Amino acid sequence: MLDQLRRSVILAVVFIVLLGFVYGLLGTGVAQLFFRHQADGSITANGSTLIGQNWNGYSTTTILDQQWFHGRPDADNPLMANGKAGSSGSANLGPRSAVLVREAHALVVAWEKVGVHPTADLVTTSGSGLDPDISQRDALVQIPMVSRATGIAPSRLRALVVKETQGAELGFLGTSYLDVLQLNEALAKLR
Amino acid sequence: MSSTDTAPVASAGGDGRAPAPRGVAGQRSLFDREILRYAGVEALKKLDPLVQVKKPVMFIVLVGTVVTFIESITHTTLFSWSITVWLFLTVLFANFAEAMAEGRGRAQADSLRRMRSETEARRLTEGSVEERVAASHLAKGDLVVCEAGDLIPSDGEIVEGVASVDESAITGESAPVIRESGGDRSAVTGGTRVLSDRIVVRITAERGHTFLDRMISLVEGANRQKTPNEIALTILLAVLTIVFIPVVVVLQPFGHYSGATVSVVILVALLVCLIPTTIGALLSAIGIAGMDRLVQRNVLAMSGRAVEAAGDVQTLLLDKTGTITLGNRMASEFFPAGGHSEHQVADAAQLASLADETPEGRSIVVLAKERFGIRERELTGPHEFVPFSATTRMSGLDVDGRQIRKGAADAVRRWVTEHGGSVPTGLDDLVESISRQGSTPLVVAEDAEILGVIELKDVVKEGIHERFAEMRAAGIRTVMITGDNPLTAAAIAQEAGVDDFLAEATPEAKLELIRAEQEGGRLVAMTGDGTNDAPALAQADVGVAMNTGTTAAKEAGNMVDLDSNPTKLIDIVEIGKQLLITRGSLTTFSIANDVAKYFAIIPALFVATYPQLKILNIMRLHSPTSAVLSAVIFNALVIVALIPLALRGVRWRPSSAQAILRRNVLIYGVGGIVAPFIFIKLIDLFLTAVHWY
Amino acid sequence: MDFFWTIVAMVVLVAIAWRFLGQYMVAVYEGRVRYLGFIERPIYRLLGTGPEHEQSWKRYAGSLIAFSGVTLLIGYLIMRIQGSLPLNPQHLGAVPPALSWNTSVSFLTNTNWQNYAGETTMSYFTQMSVMMVQQFVSAAVGIAVAVALIRGFSRKGSSTIGNFWVDTVRGCLYVLFPVAFVAGIIFVSQGAVQTLGGPTHIKDVLNGVTQVIALGPVAFMETIKQLGTDGGGFCNANGAHPFENPTGLTNLLSLVLILLVPVALTYVFGTMVGSIRQGVAVLAAMTIIFGCWLTFTAYAEHQSNPAVAAAGVTHQPGGNMEGKEVRFGDTQSALYGVVSTQTSTGSVDGANDSYNAMGGFGLLTGMMLGEVSPGGVGSGLYTILLFAIIAVFVGGLMIGRTPEYLGKKIQAREVKLAGFGILVMPITVLVITGVAVSIHAGRAGPLNAGPHGFSEILYAFTSQANNNGSAFAGLSGNTAFYNVMGGVAMLFGRFVIIVPTLALAGSLAAKNLVAASAGTFRTDNTMFVGLLIGVILIVGGLTFFPAVSLGPIVEQLTHHKFFGAAFGPVLSTFTPFGHLLSGGIL
Repeated sequence: MLDQLRRSVILAVVFIVLLGFVYGLLGTGVAQLFFRHQADGSITANGSTLIGQNWNGYSTTTILDQQWFHGRPDADNPLMANGKAGSSGSANLGPRSAVLVREAHALVVAWEKVGVHPTADLVTTSGSGLDPDISQRDALVQIPMVSRATGIAPSRLRALVVKETQGAELGFLGTSYLDVLQLNEALAKLR
Repeated sequence: MSSTDTAPVASAGGDGRAPAPRGVAGQRSLFDREILRYAGVEALKKLDPLVQVKKPVMFIVLVGTVVTFIESITHTTLFSWSITVWLFLTVLFANFAEAMAEGRGRAQADSLRRMRSETEARRLTEGSVEERVAASHLAKGDLVVCEAGDLIPSDGEIVEGVASVDESAITGESAPVIRESGGDRSAVTGGTRVLSDRIVVRITAERGHTFLDRMISLVEGANRQKTPNEIALTILLAVLTIVFIPVVVVLQPFGHYSGATVSVVILVALLVCLIPTTIGALLSAIGIAGMDRLVQRNVLAMSGRAVEAAGDVQTLLLDKTGTITLGNRMASEFFPAGGHSEHQVADAAQLASLADETPEGRSIVVLAKERFGIRERELTGPHEFVPFSATTRMSGLDVDGRQIRKGAADAVRRWVTEHGGSVPTGLDDLVESISRQGSTPLVVAEDAEILGVIELKDVVKEGIHERFAEMRAAGIRTVMITGDNPLTAAAIAQEAGVDDFLAEATPEAKLELIRAEQEGGRLVAMTGDGTNDAPALAQADVGVAMNTGTTAAKEAGNMVDLDSNPTKLIDIVEIGKQLLITRGSLTTFSIANDVAKYFAIIPALFVATYPQLKILNIMRLHSPTSAVLSAVIFNALVIVALIPLALRGVRWRPSSAQAILRRNVLIYGVGGIVAPFIFIKLIDLFLTAVHWY
Repeated sequence: MDFFWTIVAMVVLVAIAWRFLGQYMVAVYEGRVRYLGFIERPIYRLLGTGPEHEQSWKRYAGSLIAFSGVTLLIGYLIMRIQGSLPLNPQHLGAVPPALSWNTSVSFLTNTNWQNYAGETTMSYFTQMSVMMVQQFVSAAVGIAVAVALIRGFSRKGSSTIGNFWVDTVRGCLYVLFPVAFVAGIIFVSQGAVQTLGGPTHIKDVLNGVTQVIALGPVAFMETIKQLGTDGGGFCNANGAHPFENPTGLTNLLSLVLILLVPVALTYVFGTMVGSIRQGVAVLAAMTIIFGCWLTFTAYAEHQSNPAVAAAGVTHQPGGNMEGKEVRFGDTQSALYGVVSTQTSTGSVDGANDSYNAMGGFGLLTGMMLGEVSPGGVGSGLYTILLFAIIAVFVGGLMIGRTPEYLGKKIQAREVKLAGFGILVMPITVLVITGVAVSIHAGRAGPLNAGPHGFSEILYAFTSQANNNGSAFAGLSGNTAFYNVMGGVAMLFGRFVIIVPTLALAGSLAAKNLVAASAGTFRTDNTMFVGLLIGVILIVGGLTFFPAVSLGPIVEQLTHHKFFGAAFGPVLSTFTPFGHLLSGGIL
């Protein structure tokens, strides 16, 4: 038995070195060497294209900043606080949760105040709470709001949305979607 | 290879199947009134908790009954009392099933025991003085005298004399058999009766360990031990029982969390319905009934293990004579040689066979009479019969200066050459062509001159070919064992359709063959009767000794066939398989039943708290209480309903494993799911109709 | 259509892997692969053992237990002192004792249940030396046990079943390391992060918002977590986090990585027992169960979320998107959920807790079947073989033979061990859940009320006892009660199955082979596949039916229908049966 324990300790140490550090550091090395941009979080001047962010300006009752397209709400702060990237996670509310009904309803009311009939995506939290994307339909329903706030004609916005829509990878992997950051960067150029 | 030549072979059925036997077991209807009465009483006696605790499944039911009983006293309702009564009946029915199976053996044992008790022995003391003692006082090695009319007091070996013995008490065969000292026919069994002459028998059985004693305890199932598969199945049932205890127990806290009050009575009912009570109740009855079915066919298995092994057998070693061919070879043709006429051959052959009482010899006499009208002659002049011996391998007659011999070709040829004669051309071809057809050539010679050849034809039993084809489909290899030469053996093997044959078989070759088969991972069954078969019988996984055989053979095998009918081997395999199939099928049925019971009880349990669960009540049972009671009643009644099946066994027809499985899964698996839905609904309708609620 | 083609792509990739990875793994475990011998041999020298030192099942199990005990302790200690260790840019302090216990057990047992948010609790050092190492090792141990069991079947009259140390080292070096590494590079190229730098602060010039973006060595841990069916991600959101699973392609690769080894092991099984058909039969049973659960769950998730509908958004063409990511959509998220719960992975790319009742039912019951379709690395195969032994036993009796599987007689000892191995999980789940709902500490856990709260507790212990690790995350699991009891459930679910499995391997290896004939119960055809599925469903169904009735079923039936409207017609096909009887007879 002592023999087995001795072997156990030796192998545990060997594995920590080999599978923890050699594997991890070798991987980091390769990643940093060949895919530095991605490995560091796909950061652009305005944020990460992979992490959703708050375009609203931290209101919990209405859409303050109406000149941008908005992403999905965050788990911890149901109203548009998407982007607290420190800790990720979903709201974990069940399909018959009264809390979910209440919070989703608050979002519906907030959206409707600014003339938008929200889609389900816009009133539900994502799995990560950091969803950087919205569907084409999610973007299209926001056009009246954005158009009013920016003065850009709805038809131009519609064209923008269509242009910025990324197809599913290889045509079938995942869905087609718009990256909210890229959409808003394109919107900024339009102004 | 003794079985080919010795022993009258009882009832070698023409179709290759053993005929319905009547022997120690006799035939009893499944529900003999006497047995029913016995079982009824015994069912109550078996309520003893010490008995019940050995059967984990039924023990849980008994404990559950006590719980609901206490619950019924403290909170009396019609419902709780009804459940209590039906749970109690469940236990009772299980006991009843077991007692039914035992009862059948018990009745047989009683008649055997009567036979043993009335026997008195005439023991020879040192000075050859006779003294009368009770049979039960005989010790191994004692010498006893038996004369016409005496019952043989115990198992033994004849050391002196010849007698005809009526063995019908043991075998059910009414024709007396000859027993004589020396050789393979010297064994006698206690409880059989001497019909003629006087014999001296040396007792070979220890006190209380005679064949009869063993038989009694076997049919009674007194010290029945669980067989390997039965143990494995008991473990599986225990696993299924253990897992359902927490399943049911935690419903209390689960229900409490959900705001439901869960009735203890319903929980007990649910537990009893879920654990495999059906198979749990019938398991021992199936085992006892399996042994009983063997006894019904006049086969005594020394252990249940052997019966199970019979089901696993993959290779059958079958003696040619009596199993594959009719017991005896028959003379079918006379072939002249060296310019002699057929008539001459027939005449000499008949003369040579006059003293030959073997069936072959008789058939030669008969054939000569039929073909040429040569009558059996009374020999008046001085004459001397030359008996068959293993060294000369010839027999014949010296009369009027003529020396007539018949025998194996090479033996006769040597005899002729020694006497200065010559072998006619064409004899070798003749002999060989007869052999090749599977017949035995006997060469007939007179005074150094070869007259011709008698063809002894082996008659393959009708239907045996089909029987072997079925065996093959069931994955069982058949190997024919014969003392014949390879040529003859091959021809018969071909005709009978066996998979393989062992020609010129010696006991050593037989043992070798068994070892080789076992090495290849196959279980082997064989029959045998001679002392020299003993090693092979012991080596085989299933060794069936003929009752006519020697004590050594009977000791070595693990079964004894009282009819001494080698064809039985096939029946034994069948019974072994039936035993396992019955267990497997009823287990499947028992577990499959649970699905319907869930759909009856779960909605009933929680519908008060969650009315939406009534959608699970797909049988539309009248009320929660009627649903639970119906399930419990079904659970109890199904035991009774399946008793006949458990005792009779699920049918087995030789076919591929696939076909059997498909059939049984369909009947007992799918049927086991569907049936309770129907019957629980019917019981519920009945309860509602009689306004139980 | 996207859903369909994703499945096609997944099946094709897994099928290719089945054939080639399977063949490669046979070579690895038979010692024919040696290209890393320069690492492998020195390890054996250090350990003082090697392929030539075969072990009996008792020694094999003893080594496994000793090694597990040691790594459990080391993991616990590292978490307790991580504050004083390097690679801790966020200066995270010691992990509390109960949480350390739960977490160390969790990664040891291949469960990866996480009662913490990775990015804010565990230092890089801890993530790399405990989590990532155990993700390799627990997987390798699982495969080792499966291979030992296969050897039990393929050997004849043998007293040994292999060498634990060798099997574990080989699994790590030759199977897990290379595949995870290559996949890691693909993940990084797609956007998964891999850095040892700390969080980035970034100010958006468009709207003036400052974001803190947590980073870390994520990508390479992501691939081993999937490949080893471990499931514990670097981040709290697991595979839903864009840094772990950035695109549809990585999502597909995640599925393939999860299925790779469990599926390939059926090839290993078939090859080593000398008949590939035997492996295919087992794989077929796995695939059919998987297909049914996938169809059911994906369909359920394609329905509207009732709470969102109640909030005013009734038109939900995208299905239930609460807790799901836009880039994956409803059905592909459900696919991920099913893959992860039918294996012992437990990684998520959305919130399982927010699945529709019947979707959650699909995930929960998938685990309740014992995780055999295809199950965890190693554990899936050895667990389904335990079920196969029971199926063979019952089926074999029904044809009138002492049951045998692959020429090995299944007798009392085998039935006892297999039966024991199978009943450990349900009993553990039910008893611990029973305790949890009875005491205050347990009742305090669920976030949601009523049946859903019950489902959360039931799900938690089902997941842990099955070494899955996914959660109805609404449960506040980071309490002393849940940490300790969860640890117990995980240990039971792992080792109380492994030990009888190894005993079984020993018992089978010692047996001789029974020759096959037409009378032999065949275990490589449709009939057996059906029987095996039947046994799995019956055992799972009978043990968990009452419990799930009180959870997801009640929850769904609150609106008197399954699946919104869709399940109604299915159920009504049963009800005329009741009418028929009551109308026809009375």
